Amino acid sequence: MSDDLSFFFLLMSNGLLIGLMYSLIALGFVLVYKATDAINFAQGEFVMIAGFVTAGALMVWGAPLWVAVALALVSLVAFGFVLERVMLRRLIGRPVIAVVMATIGLAAILRGVGPFVIFSGTKPLPLPIRDEPFMLGPIFIPPIQLLGAGVSLAFLAGFGWFFLKSRKGIAMRAVADNQQVAMAMGIDVERYFGVAWAMTGVVSALGGILWGNLLGVDVNLALVGFKVFPVVILGGLDSIPGAIIGGLIVGVVENIAAGYVDPYVGGGTKDFAPYVLMILALMIRPYGIFGKRIIERV
Amino acid sequence: MSGLLEIRDASKSFGGVQAVTRVSLEAQKGEILSVIGPNGAGKTTVLNMISGFYHPDSGRISLEGRDVTELAPSRIAELGVARTFQNIALFRGMTVLDNLMLGRHVHMKTGVLSACAYWGLAQKEEVVHRRRVEDIIDFLRIQDLRRRPTGSLPYGLQKRVELGRALALDPKVLLLDEPMGGCNHEEKEDMARFILDVNEEWGVTVILIEHDMGVVMDISDRVAVLDMGQKIAEGTPDEVRANPRVIKAYLGETKAVPSTGGSRV
Repeated sequence: MSDDLSFFFLLMSNGLLIGLMYSLIALGFVLVYKATDAINFAQGEFVMIAGFVTAGALMVWGAPLWVAVALALVSLVAFGFVLERVMLRRLIGRPVIAVVMATIGLAAILRGVGPFVIFSGTKPLPLPIRDEPFMLGPIFIPPIQLLGAGVSLAFLAGFGWFFLKSRKGIAMRAVADNQQVAMAMGIDVERYFGVAWAMTGVVSALGGILWGNLLGVDVNLALVGFKVFPVVILGGLDSIPGAIIGGLIVGVVENIAAGYVDPYVGGGTKDFAPYVLMILALMIRPYGIFGKRIIERV
Repeated sequence: MSGLLEIRDASKSFGGVQAVTRVSLEAQKGEILSVIGPNGAGKTTVLNMISGFYHPDSGRISLEGRDVTELAPSRIAELGVARTFQNIALFRGMTVLDNLMLGRHVHMKTGVLSACAYWGLAQKEEVVHRRRVEDIIDFLRIQDLRRRPTGSLPYGLQKRVELGRALALDPKVLLLDEPMGGCNHEEKEDMARFILDVNEEWGVTVILIEHDMGVVMDISDRVAVLDMGQKIAEGTPDEVRANPRVIKAYLGETKAVPSTGGSRV
C-alpha cells in the first residue's frame, strides 16, 4: 500500500473513532432536546464537570477508579435532576431564547465553579488501559479511542432502543411531540423532563471520563462541547442515528482537514472545518440528515 | 340524582376576555351530552377546564362526587377522563399501535427504573395492555393500520385513531371536541356509529362538541347550548331545537337556522 493511501486510512479510522466520541456528547444534547425541546448550550460544561469530579476523586482525594466513576455518574445524574427542577421547569413555555440564555449562563458558572471547588490547573485522568496503540496494518488505533467508540456505540444503541421500543421511551417521545396531549394521556410531563436531564447526566459523565483521559482535565475540556453543534446540525437535533452520523462526519472532516489542508496553511483548519460544514448544512438542509422536518401548518 | 361529572358555576377569562361565565353542566352516567354553540361560544374552554388544562377562575368541577377543579391534566386522565382534540393531536411520527398503547399509559404501573429491573413483569403487563388495544383496533376496524405512521393516514382515519387512543384509557368520561369536523358524510356516519356503540355497549359517558346539528340531534340524549360564554339552553334535542334563544343565537352568528342534516357552516 502506498504511503498516501495508508495516510488516508489513518486519518479516516482516527476520524471515525473520535467522531463516535463526539456522538456520545451529542447524544446528551439530543436527549434533552428530544424530550424537552430545550437547547442545552452547557453540554460541554456538563462533560467538563464530569471530568473534574472524576479526576478530582482520583488525583486529589485518591479514590479508586470505580468510586471515581460512580461518583461522576451519581453527581451528574443528580445535577441533571436538580437543574431541571430548580431552573428549567420555570422556563417551560417561555420563548426558546430564555432557555438558550439560561444554559449559556449556566455554562459560564460551571466553568468558574469547577476549578474553584475541585482543583485548579490541569490534571490527568488516568484509566487502566494500555497506552500503546493497536497496529492494524498501516493504521494505528489508540486504545482509549477504541474504548470511547465502544462506550458511545453501546449507549447510542441503548438509547435508540429505549426511544424506539420501550413504553417509557415512547411516552418520552410523546412528551416531546406535544406536551399538552401527553398530559391528556395521563403522562406526568415534568417527571419525564427530569428523567431526560438525568439521562443526559449519565452520558455526560461517561463523555467527561473518556475525553478527560484523552485531553486532560481543565476548563478547556468544555470546548469539546462546541463540537456538538456541527454534529447535531448535521445529524438533526432530535435524532439519535443523526448523532452517530453527524459525529462520524465531524470526526472525519476535521481529521481530513488537519491531514490535507493544514500543511498548506500552517494549521488550525481542524478547528473550524466542521463549522463550515455546519453552515452549509444550515443553508441546504436545516433539519439535518435525520432530523424531524417540521412543516408549519396554518 | 347527582351527575357523574358536574360543573358548577364555572367562569374563566383570558386577559380581559370573559370566555366562560358561570356555566353549570351535569353529565349523567351513561348519557351522551352535547355542547353546541356558535364559534367562540366557549365550548372548548369548558372542555379544557374539565381536562384540567385550564382551571376555572371561580366555580367547581367534580367527578363522581370528588372535587377535581384544581387537579393537573395528568391526574384527571388517571381518574378516567379521556379526550380528543379539535385539531387532530396524534403523535404523528409514531405508528397507530404506539399511539393506542400511549392511551394505556395511566394503566401502566411500572416506572422507568423498575421497568428495567423487573423485565418480566413489564413484559407481562405489555401483553395485557396489548390485548385491550387489539379489542379497540377490532372495534374501530383499523386492523390493517397497526404499523402505519399516523401522519400518513387519511384525515377521517386519523380522527378514528384519535378516538381509539382516548378509548384505550378505558375512560369513564369521554370528551370529544368536534370528532366529525372536516369529515365527509361517510366518515361522519362511521364516527356517529362508533360514538353510539361506545356509549351503549361500553357504558362510557360522552360529552360531545360538534357543529353538525344533524349528528348532534340524532345521537345526543341531552344538548346544552352555549353562546358568548353562557349557557342559554339545555334539554333534549327536540326541546333545544324549538328554543327561541337558541335559534336567535345561531341566526345572529350564521344567518341560518341549524337544520337537521345540515353540515358545519
